[in-house]
Amino acid sequence: MSAKKLGVAILGTGNIGTDLMMKVLRSPVLECRLFAGRNLSSPGMTKASLLGVPVSAKGFQSIVDLKGELSLVFDATSAMDHQKHAPVLKELGLVAIDLTPAKVGKMCVPAVNLAECLNEPNVNMITCGGQASIPLAYAIKSANPGVEYLEAVSSIASRSAGPATRINLDEYLQTTEQGLSLFGGCERTKAILNLNPAQPCVHMQTTVMAKIAQPDLERTRAAVAEMVARIKAYIPGYQLVLEPMLENGRLVAMVRVDGLGDYLPRYAGNLDIINCAAIAFAEAYARQRTAQT
Amino acid sequence: MSDGKPTITVCDATLRDGSHAYSHQITLEQVKAYATAAEAAGFNFLEVGHGNGLGASSLQVGESLVPEGEMLRAAKACLKRTKLSVHVIPGFATINREIAHAMDAGVELFRVGCHCTEADITQRHIGHVRSEGREAWGVLMMSHMVSADILLEETKKMQSYGAQGIVLMDSAGAYFPADVTAKIGLLAAKLEVPVGFHAHNNLGLAVANSIAALEAGARIVDGTGRGFGAGAGNAPIELIAAVLIKQGYPTALDLYKALDAGDLAAKLFAGSLPESNGVTIVSGMTGVFSGFSKPVQRAAKQFGVDGRDIFFELGKRKVVGGQEDLILEVADQLAKRSKDAGQTPPAP
Repeated sequence: MSAKKLGVAILGTGNIGTDLMMKVLRSPVLECRLFAGRNLSSPGMTKASLLGVPVSAKGFQSIVDLKGELSLVFDATSAMDHQKHAPVLKELGLVAIDLTPAKVGKMCVPAVNLAECLNEPNVNMITCGGQASIPLAYAIKSANPGVEYLEAVSSIASRSAGPATRINLDEYLQTTEQGLSLFGGCERTKAILNLNPAQPCVHMQTTVMAKIAQPDLERTRAAVAEMVARIKAYIPGYQLVLEPMLENGRLVAMVRVDGLGDYLPRYAGNLDIINCAAIAFAEAYARQRTAQT
Repeated sequence: MSDGKPTITVCDATLRDGSHAYSHQITLEQVKAYATAAEAAGFNFLEVGHGNGLGASSLQVGESLVPEGEMLRAAKACLKRTKLSVHVIPGFATINREIAHAMDAGVELFRVGCHCTEADITQRHIGHVRSEGREAWGVLMMSHMVSADILLEETKKMQSYGAQGIVLMDSAGAYFPADVTAKIGLLAAKLEVPVGFHAHNNLGLAVANSIAALEAGARIVDGTGRGFGAGAGNAPIELIAAVLIKQGYPTALDLYKALDAGDLAAKLFAGSLPESNGVTIVSGMTGVFSGFSKPVQRAAKQFGVDGRDIFFELGKRKVVGGQEDLILEVADQLAKRSKDAGQTPPAP
């Protein structure tokens, strides 16, 4: 059976990489042939070893060494590292799914542009806040001509934000804003990120706000409801907690994302949303390859 | 009298914290008039900008009437001895955009703040400001929410990133004087850099808490003209001046000019001066960010619920500054709940 699965590798063994690994293990069409990092005793490596996943501490080199068995690589390292990995992966003919804010390849939000991305050598998954907010922004745009301004605010549990996230807040904001502009069809955008240390941990929550000259609330509600249903197909914990409404001259809609609880507990919807999006792309790519051969 | 008492750095946050009290509609004329008064009084720093700091003008926390670059330049033109400072929260403000622009506008001090447990997100911003040769302090907001030991741990991180001063903000106006004594006392004893306190008056203790901070070893104190700030306002800076003089701290402040600054704030912002009311008291009791007062009162009206209930619910959820969007969700839930019950919800 496993011969039919698409061989993938995961690079980076932090929160994102480890959670991805657990999702790949569940996939009917993907097979994790390598989990690569730098430290064999990291919690992620330990988890992978326990689950019987092949691991390597040789980082990117181990992917180059194993290239014949791989079709696709999830890069969960850092933006700076992915800049270096991307050209090599392209040369090796390996599809790259970039989970850093490096933005080398095409930005992908599966609920919006999955089909357009399937032939790309490198797809960028934007940010967790981007994956949560951009579909709403897209729905708002589709229901309202003349969106003047879009804003996305995400709050995540402090414990779900690892060191890379914390040191890269500026990149997070910039990348999320670019994604909002691209998919929301609106030049002026703003992203805000809050970390909340409350115990028990808060679930990821994202609010999209828009300035629209003449908002059509009914059409917006219908478009958002349809979009939420489409996202739920690959992110089951995505739920609308505040239906689109008008308040103080702004259109507001809010979602909460409950994670699947694969690696971090269910509050870490931010991990899930970007990883579920990456898996959705990888599975669609695998199915397309199978159909073609 | 002044023998042995240390010199205190006085920071005037009127044109930053007051932004909350004015729904971020402060005009250039008001900036110029007040900055001139702050300079005359001899306050060490004048903080200017959106209530939530650089880059915070947004639908989430309110849009500023005047772009921050214009506000900063207008203030800077009125200042000589008094230095220009800004509040910076990573997650709102970025280095390449807002901090770079503020440096161009002549900002001398960057007070880089975060929620009281998240100091590591300030590392890059503090480091960058220092590498550019400007002054950087670390600010812990909502500092009532954790113990003195955790505050020490977090502020030590900021100090290691290069912060040249540390300020604890009582963002929810929730401190009692004994809390101030314990927390400021520990930091003043253990940190190498000067420590300061930024009070809010939600429980009527802003001046008393500021005095407690000074007695516990604070070398920096924040105030605003007539207390013009979020929630029930801050420690009125004219009262801080009076306290410093009466208590014998050596100061270069001009008492009458400091008193004039307070009177000017009252005139410039007449009709919007903060006052203690049911909502601000509950904000202090529940330990919810003072800046939520206006949006909570607005949501209470729109959803037909009691603003005090919104605050109690937000307090249960332990929201932090910047999570203003949750006000609408909570108000919506309360409205649905009371509709289901067919009555107004009981007070907690």
